Amino acid sequence: MADAAPPSKSRDLDKLLLRPGNLVGPTFDPGVQLRDDLQEYAKILVVGAGGLGCELLKDLALSGFKNLEVIDMDRIEVTNLNRQFLFRLEDVGKPKAEVAAKRVMERVSGVNIVPHFCRIEDKDIDFYSDFNIIALGLDSIEARSYINAVACSFLEYDSDNNPREETMKPMVDGGTEGFKGHARVIVPGVTPCFECTIWLFPPQVKFPLCTLAETPRNAAHCIEYAHLIKWDEVRSGKAFDPDNADHMKWVYDEAVKRAELFGIPGVTYSLTQGVVKNIIPAIASTNAIISAACALETLKIASAFSKTLSNYLTYNGVEGLHTKVTEFVKDKDCLVCGPGVLIELDTTVTLQEFIDMLEGHPKLLISKASITYHGKNLYMQAPPVLEEMTRSNLNLPLYDLMDKIPKDILHAIGTINKDNKKSSGLRKLRVDFKGIDGITDMDMAGGA
Amino acid sequence: MEPKTKYDRQLRIWGEQGQAALEKASICLLNCGPTGSETLKNLVLGGVGSITIVDGSKVELGDLGNNFMVDESSLGQSKAKCVCSFLQELNDAVKAKFIEEYPQALIDTNTSFFSQFTVVVATQLVEESMVKLDRICRQANVMLIFARSYGLTGLVRISVKEHTVIESKPDHFLDDLRLNNPWPELRGFAEAIDLNVQDPVAHKHIPYVVILVKMADEWIKSHGGALPSTREEKREFKELLKARMIAMDEDNYKEAIDASFKVFALRGISSDLQRIINDSCAEVDSSSSNFWVMVAALKEFIANEGGGEVPLEGSIPDMTSSTEHYVNLQKIYQAKSEADFHVIEQRARDILKKIGRDPHSIPKATIKSFCKNARKLKVCRYHLIEDEYNNPSLAELQKYLTDEDYSIAVGFYILLRAVDCCAANFNSFPGQFDGGMDEDISRLKSTAVSLLNDLGCNGLTLTEDLINEMCRFGAAELHAVAAFIGGIASQEVIKLITKQFVPMSGTYIFNGIDHKSQLLTLY
Repeated sequence: MADAAPPSKSRDLDKLLLRPGNLVGPTFDPGVQLRDDLQEYAKILVVGAGGLGCELLKDLALSGFKNLEVIDMDRIEVTNLNRQFLFRLEDVGKPKAEVAAKRVMERVSGVNIVPHFCRIEDKDIDFYSDFNIIALGLDSIEARSYINAVACSFLEYDSDNNPREETMKPMVDGGTEGFKGHARVIVPGVTPCFECTIWLFPPQVKFPLCTLAETPRNAAHCIEYAHLIKWDEVRSGKAFDPDNADHMKWVYDEAVKRAELFGIPGVTYSLTQGVVKNIIPAIASTNAIISAACALETLKIASAFSKTLSNYLTYNGVEGLHTKVTEFVKDKDCLVCGPGVLIELDTTVTLQEFIDMLEGHPKLLISKASITYHGKNLYMQAPPVLEEMTRSNLNLPLYDLMDKIPKDILHAIGTINKDNKKSSGLRKLRVDFKGIDGITDMDMAGGA
Repeated sequence: MEPKTKYDRQLRIWGEQGQAALEKASICLLNCGPTGSETLKNLVLGGVGSITIVDGSKVELGDLGNNFMVDESSLGQSKAKCVCSFLQELNDAVKAKFIEEYPQALIDTNTSFFSQFTVVVATQLVEESMVKLDRICRQANVMLIFARSYGLTGLVRISVKEHTVIESKPDHFLDDLRLNNPWPELRGFAEAIDLNVQDPVAHKHIPYVVILVKMADEWIKSHGGALPSTREEKREFKELLKARMIAMDEDNYKEAIDASFKVFALRGISSDLQRIINDSCAEVDSSSSNFWVMVAALKEFIANEGGGEVPLEGSIPDMTSSTEHYVNLQKIYQAKSEADFHVIEQRARDILKKIGRDPHSIPKATIKSFCKNARKLKVCRYHLIEDEYNNPSLAELQKYLTDEDYSIAVGFYILLRAVDCCAANFNSFPGQFDGGMDEDISRLKSTAVSLLNDLGCNGLTLTEDLINEMCRFGAAELHAVAAFIGGIASQEVIKLITKQFVPMSGTYIFNGIDHKSQLLTLY
C-alpha cells in the first residue's frame, strides 16, 4: 500500500528532487541532501526587479531556493503596476529591489532576499563571483552585455585552451516585448554567450536627421524633431529629462506645431512618450511565461533534475502560439567568452602605459579602463576614494604589480567604443611578459 | 493620477477598446492551485471586470511551497478565500469573489451556474470533468479554457464554438499598396510625376510607390499585360529600377528595389480569405453575428465594386519622400479606403434590412475597422474535447508518434489521459504517493497501451523513459511549470476577450524537459 508522505512545504518539488529519473542531467543525485543543499548553499542573483525580475523572485523562492539577491537601480512608477505584481500604488517612488525583496520574504517564509538598490556597474566583480547562477530580467542590450562580460570574466581556460568547468558562471536570460519573448541558458565556455549572438538584437533604427529637419512624413518624425533638434535650439544648455513631465509636454507641444505646419496627422501625448522614451509595450502574461521558463532552467542547472534547454527558446503569441528551441553555437573567436585577448608586454611597462595601450588596441578599444588582478584593484577610475588609493600604482611596472608572474589574466573595465557607440564593458586580458618564458626567449633570438 | 496610467504599457498593445472589453469581462476560475492562481493573477493585473474563484479545498502545508497567493496565516483556511483576498490586493478595480465548493460538485449539479461568465478557466481537472464542463459551456455559449500542470508537462486547450477576429494584428503583413493594379487616382498621381526630373533633390524624393507604379505599368505595356513572374524577369525588373538611379545615395530607389516584391504579388484575395467568404456562415440570416453580416457585405463587394479585391486598407508605410508627395499620397490612399468603406457600409445596412435587423445595428466604427482589416480576418473554431478524445484523427496521431519532434509531446498527451484513467480506477495518480512505484509504472504503462489500442494505434508504444518520468512526476504541481502554463492560459484568455490577435488552435502540450513543446491538432 502506498504511503502518504508527511506534510511538507516541499510536497511537490520533492517528487522531482528526491526520486530518481530517466530524462535527467548527468550529475543528478536525487535525495534529501540535494533538496537541502539547494536551500542551504545555492545562491542566485536576480538582475533587475521589473516585470521579469518580480516574477523571477517569486518563481525562484517557490522553486526550492532560499538565498536570493536582487539588484536594480530603478524606483517604482505607476506604469509598472499592470505587471510588476509585487508593487502597490503606495509603493510608487520607492526602490524596486527593496520592495520586491520585502514582499516575497513576507509571503514565502524561510526565504532570504538581499536587495541592492544600485547600478550593476556599481558593484565590483567580486560581488558577482559569489553567486552560483545569475538570472537576468533586463530590458536593455547594454546591461545584458555588461553582466555577460562579468560572468564570462570568471571563466578560465586550461593549458590546452579548454574551459575549466569549475570557473563557469551560468546565466539564464529572459526578454519580452508585447506577446513575444525569449528565454535562454548561457553557460560560458559551453553555450554561446550573449556577445557570441549579439546579432540576435539588431540595433535600434534611428531616423536620419535630414528627414527630421527637412522632410518629416509622420508623427514620429515630428516628435523626434522636437526632441532632438528643437530642444537644443531653443533650450540650449539645459539637458532634456524624459522623466520630467514639463519637458515631455514641451516636446509634445512643439511636435504638434510641426505636424500642423506640414499637415501630418497623429501626434498624441502618448505617442510622444512612446517615441521619446522608446517605450516597449509589456504585459503580465508574457513576463510570467518567460520568467517561469528561466526559473525552471535555473533549478535544472542547480539540481540537474531534468535535461536543460539547449539553448534558446522563443515564444510568440501574436498569431496562435509558437514556441521554438534553437541550438545556437559559440563564436570561437568571441572576445568575451573566449580565452581572452592575448597581450604581450615588456616587464618594464607601467600600469599607466598599459591602460593607454588598451585604448589604442584595435580589438579592445577600451578607454578609461580600471584594472583588477584576481579581485585586487590595481587602478580604479572611480569612486574618487579608490582612485586616490590606487593612483600611486600607475607609475609602477605592471609586472611587479602582478607579483612577477609571467603569464596571467587581468580584467579591464571601462568604456567600450563600438560602432561609434559607447557603453560600459569588461574585457578579459591574457598578459604574457616577454623575455620571461625561456622558450619565448629562444624563439625571439632565433627569429631575430 | 490619470486612471489609465497604470495600464499604459498594455494600452499600447490592445488599445482602449481592448481594455474596455477586459473591464466588462467576468471570469470564473475552477481550482486555485498555482496554475489557476497564476492565470488569474495576470488577468487581475490587466484589469478584468470581475473574477469568481471556485475551490472547495483548505490550504495545506504543501500549498505554501508552490502557491504565492497563500501564506502561513492561510493554513487550514479556504484556499479560494485566501487566493481571492491576495488577488484583490493587486488591483482594487477588479470585483473579486470566491465560492468555497469543489468544481466537480458544480459541474455535476449546477450546470446553469456557468452561464453567467464571459470565460471559464478550468484548471487541474481530470478528463471526466473536462468533458462534462465542455458540454455545459458549449451549450451556454461560454468561452472555456483548460489549463493543467503535471510535473514537467501540462496542457492548455481552448474550447469555443466559434471565435471571429477582425483585429488579428499580425506582425508581418504585406502592405496593401495596389502597385500593379492602381486605381485611377493613384495612377493619375503617379503620371503627374516625372521620373526623369532633372533636379537631383526632386529625383531622390520621389516616393517608391510612385516609382513602382510607373515602372510596373511600363513593364506590363511591353510584356503583353503580364507582370514579372519568373526569377529572371524579376531580376530584370530590378535592373531596370537600378538603371533609373542618377546618384548612389538615392534611398528612394533602394527602397523601390527592396519593395519590388510588392509589385510581383498576385492580385486578388488570399486563400484564407477565400475560405472565409465561402463559409456557409456567410449565407446570413437573422441569427447571424455582426461579423458574418460584414463578411457577406465583403463578399458582395469583392464580386462587384472591388473587382476581385478587398476594400483598400488605406495606410502606407514610411518611405523616403518629400513631405508634400508623401502627405498627398497618404490622402489618395485614405480617400480610396474611405470610398470603399462607404460601399461596404451600404451593403451591410442593406443586408441587415433584408434579414430583418435594424440596418444601423452595427456601429460605423466596427464596419470601418472590418474594412481596414479585411485581409486579416480570422475565424477560429474548436471541436468538443469529447469528440477529440473519442475519435481523434488516426493519421495525425500516428504521424506525431513517429515524428521525432513530436514524439515526446504526443507521449505526454497520451499519458495525461492515461493518468486520469489510473486515478479513476485506483483512486490516486501514478506516483502520487511514495512507495509502490514499480506497480504504478506497470499500471500506467498498461493503461497507456490499452488507450493507444482503443484509439487504433495498435503496436505503437511510448518509451519506458517517458512512462517512468510521468510516474516520477506523481501529479506534482511545480510552481515554475504552473506559472508557465498559467501565463499561456491568461494570454489566450486576453486574446479571446479583446477579440484581438489570434488565439492558439489545437491542444498545447508543454514539454518542460527540453522545452520542445507542441501544438497538436488531433481532430
